[in-house]
Amino acid sequence: MSHQHSALCDELRPALPDYLDGVAREDICRAIEAHLAGCPECQVQVDTLKKTITLYRAAPSEPVPGDVHQRLVRVLNL
Amino acid sequence: MENNDIQLVRAAQDGDKRAFAQLIEKYENRVYNLARKMMRDPQDAEDVLQETFISVYKHLSDFQGDASFSTWLYRIATNASLMKLRGRKPPSLSLDEPAETDDASALPRDLVDWGITPEEALLSGEVRAQMDAAVTQLPETLRAVFVLRDVEGLSVQETADVLGISVPNVKTRLHRARLALRDHLSAYFVESGMAVRKEMRE
Ligand SMILES: [Zn+2]
Repeated sequence: MSHQHSALCDELRPALPDYLDGVAREDICRAIEAHLAGCPECQVQVDTLKKTITLYRAAPSEPVPGDVHQRLVRVLNL
Repeated sequence: MENNDIQLVRAAQDGDKRAFAQLIEKYENRVYNLARKMMRDPQDAEDVLQETFISVYKHLSDFQGDASFSTWLYRIATNASLMKLRGRKPPSLSLDEPAETDDASALPRDLVDWGITPEEALLSGEVRAQMDAAVTQLPETLRAVFVLRDVEGLSVQETADVLGISVPNVKTRLHRARLALRDHLSAYFVESGMAVRKEMRE
């Protein structure tokens, strides 16, 4: 598959951060989505960025281990 | 919830140790998680946790209640992390320097498509270790923005408040961090056979 990198790819790229955070304007979202439908290169960019964000958000956080908590309480004289 | 924080802080300011212990119980996991992501070394993360709450205790009387307690706490914890990373030099103003106009947002020459890989497959222990390693390789100022926003789940505005930088600056740094992490993970997925590199241009 070969794909011609277009000026539109460059034009839409500055809007990607807001698009990824779901805060881009409605008309800009539509323009981006219309472009993505016909541009596998940008589609991969967006998919992998979205997945990156999802992965980090989905990763469970590590609670403070018991011994670390004990030392914290001791240091603070509580 | 925030009202409750203010009450606990006021009580702690009056010397109520149980109130301070409650604040710790409520927030220690968030502080520790932030520190674990900011620091490579678990011992450094524990130091940051302790330094944060020691600093909170010392400066309790400075807390006026005009910012939320969690914003104030995150600011102290982030500064403690950055100070440790910078060899105990206080965080410099460089945090609000405009991000360089580099080619961070340029398209990579070849693309790796793993956007549709099922998340469960991506959340193995080894992948998680790679994700953590990728974060600790980010430049400090990008790392702080990313950890606050995408790991701790603060809003863009809250992240800006914690770091004392502008909202557009948060957005720029966040995007650069996400691109760098994506590229790190792409390389790892290709190496581990979970994705293939495809050449999309002639
Ligand atoms: Zn495109």
